[in-house]
Amino acid sequence: MAKKLMKGCEAIGEAAIRAGCKLFFGYPITPQNEIPEYMAHRLPQVGGTFVQAESEVAASNMIYGAAGSGERVFTSSSSPGISLMQEAISYIAGSELPVVIVNIMRAGPGLGGILPSQADYFQATKGGGHGDYRCLVLAPWSVQEAADLVQDAFDLADHYRNPVLLLGDGLIGQMMEPVEFRADRQPCRPVTPKTWAATGCDGSRPTNIINSLFLDPEVLERHNQKLNRKYAAMVRDEVRCAEYGTDAEYDVLIVAYGTVARVCSTALEDLRADGVRAALFRPISLFPFPYVALRRAAAKAKAVLVVELSAGQMIEDVHLAVQGRQPVHFHGRQGGMLVSPEAVTENVKKVLAGELEAVHV
Amino acid sequence: MSETTVFSRPLALAPVTTHYCPGCTHGVIHRMVAEVIDELGVRARTVGVAPVGCSVLAYNYFTTDFHEAAHGRAPAVATGIKRARPDLIVFTYQGDGDLASIGMAEIVHCANRGEKVTVVFVNNAIYGMTGGQMAPTTMPGQVATTCPLGRDVTQVGHPIRVAEMLATLRTPAFVARAAVHTPLHAVAAKEMLRRAFRYQREGACFSLVEVLSTCPTNWGIPPHESCDWLEKNMIPYYPLGVFKVPEGPDRAPLPAASAEVLCRTM
Repeated sequence: MAKKLMKGCEAIGEAAIRAGCKLFFGYPITPQNEIPEYMAHRLPQVGGTFVQAESEVAASNMIYGAAGSGERVFTSSSSPGISLMQEAISYIAGSELPVVIVNIMRAGPGLGGILPSQADYFQATKGGGHGDYRCLVLAPWSVQEAADLVQDAFDLADHYRNPVLLLGDGLIGQMMEPVEFRADRQPCRPVTPKTWAATGCDGSRPTNIINSLFLDPEVLERHNQKLNRKYAAMVRDEVRCAEYGTDAEYDVLIVAYGTVARVCSTALEDLRADGVRAALFRPISLFPFPYVALRRAAAKAKAVLVVELSAGQMIEDVHLAVQGRQPVHFHGRQGGMLVSPEAVTENVKKVLAGELEAVHV
Repeated sequence: MSETTVFSRPLALAPVTTHYCPGCTHGVIHRMVAEVIDELGVRARTVGVAPVGCSVLAYNYFTTDFHEAAHGRAPAVATGIKRARPDLIVFTYQGDGDLASIGMAEIVHCANRGEKVTVVFVNNAIYGMTGGQMAPTTMPGQVATTCPLGRDVTQVGHPIRVAEMLATLRTPAFVARAAVHTPLHAVAAKEMLRRAFRYQREGACFSLVEVLSTCPTNWGIPPHESCDWLEKNMIPYYPLGVFKVPEGPDRAPLPAASAEVLCRTM
């Protein structure tokens, strides 16, 4: 298929349909309304179903029900709405169901604002809802990558029977870029029959019960341990990251994800043109976080600069990765304000000049 | 002399002992739901949704596939299942705290969308599982652990009549209230449940049967007196009967012509 100019939100919706998802349950919230609107328009064309729920609480419980029936399903929302979905996400993780959830992050806390932010990193990667569980979290930096990751997200969700979050921001949702959907795309994980789904029981198998309640503590601990093994497998097999300029020598390693990394890559070109030796490390999977690859990349630098649209959330994982071997500096914007290439360039130069204090754990 | 089986466990009911207290009517209601599933021949394609509350373990007591839902969210979960697999028969089994308090938004919108699911709503006027707290359905003056002087309607409002409230929605539906505290009432209740499931099997409409239930443990009165208490106190406030049927002429959808006009103006 030829490349088509698409808005990020629309590409995310189309990608879900290409991945075989025929069900969408969602609730309006800016800045991601184009996703439910696209699904409302497109799903009936492909024999699918769109339901506008009465709340994000309901939408997320609808995907819980639909996923338990063994069908591919997704929802999208933005930060305050994702907060309301945490109840269902915890149940979905506990019940081991595959769902895809897109968070087009906006600035907070509270109602905050409607402009781009990365302030939901902790919520996405460190739990969000109650109980010991993990979501697989993927963060695209372009519309094409958003489309690709959404399709992978469905395969990964099915493979692990676990929620997969696509963590984007208002920029990813709203910007338009060429995107290509390959007709010959293969699933990124093998497709297996969903024998666990609650689809009616004629007595030829035991009843399938979609459930996260285990009142016996020994049984619940065994269930927890089973989930832990799954998360360990994700840590082993699902780390994704990209490096830019790390083949050459560098003094400062910039670490950023999503659209911020895109800005940093522009800054990287400017820095190189100025003769400043810098490189860029971009986590694509935020859980599992690419600790080992980052530690290796940071080892070649004198200092690390983390850039985020938050007060500094991913920086905690960067600290865990570098383990104090390199000083870690930070540049962040909040409230919907953006990072500019010039600001990144300036901060890298400050780090080299010893004018930007390191952030200590 | 040949032997004829005149009574047996419904196939849809699991051969296990329930955890329900003596005198509680959940067991009777479970059995009637199972009988209806058997009689309509839909067991192999039925999926139940269990609530949070006393019937949280309902998935252990039926031989159909089941979903456990978060507190109050069963109608949303049922919506997801039914929209994903319209060929399935989907029912929720919910108590009054679950449905009429924390899950009020989910039940109203599920009914209003006209989801083709069946809701068995068990109203015993109290929170049972958590130990006898006030419910939205607790009777005026009724003592509960969180209203030790009795429900004061000037402070917490009057009990909510769910069946009557849902019957005000224009979307076609079957909404009824029944009770099971006497054999005669139980026979009528089963007929209501049969109608509710039949409407779903025909793909006709949303259906809900509110079943008045006893809670001797948390009411603090013996089982037989609980039946009398229900008869004397609950039925006058929660009258039994059918509140809405999908065939009602006043419940018909808006004429297609008006819908077209609305579409054209968009």
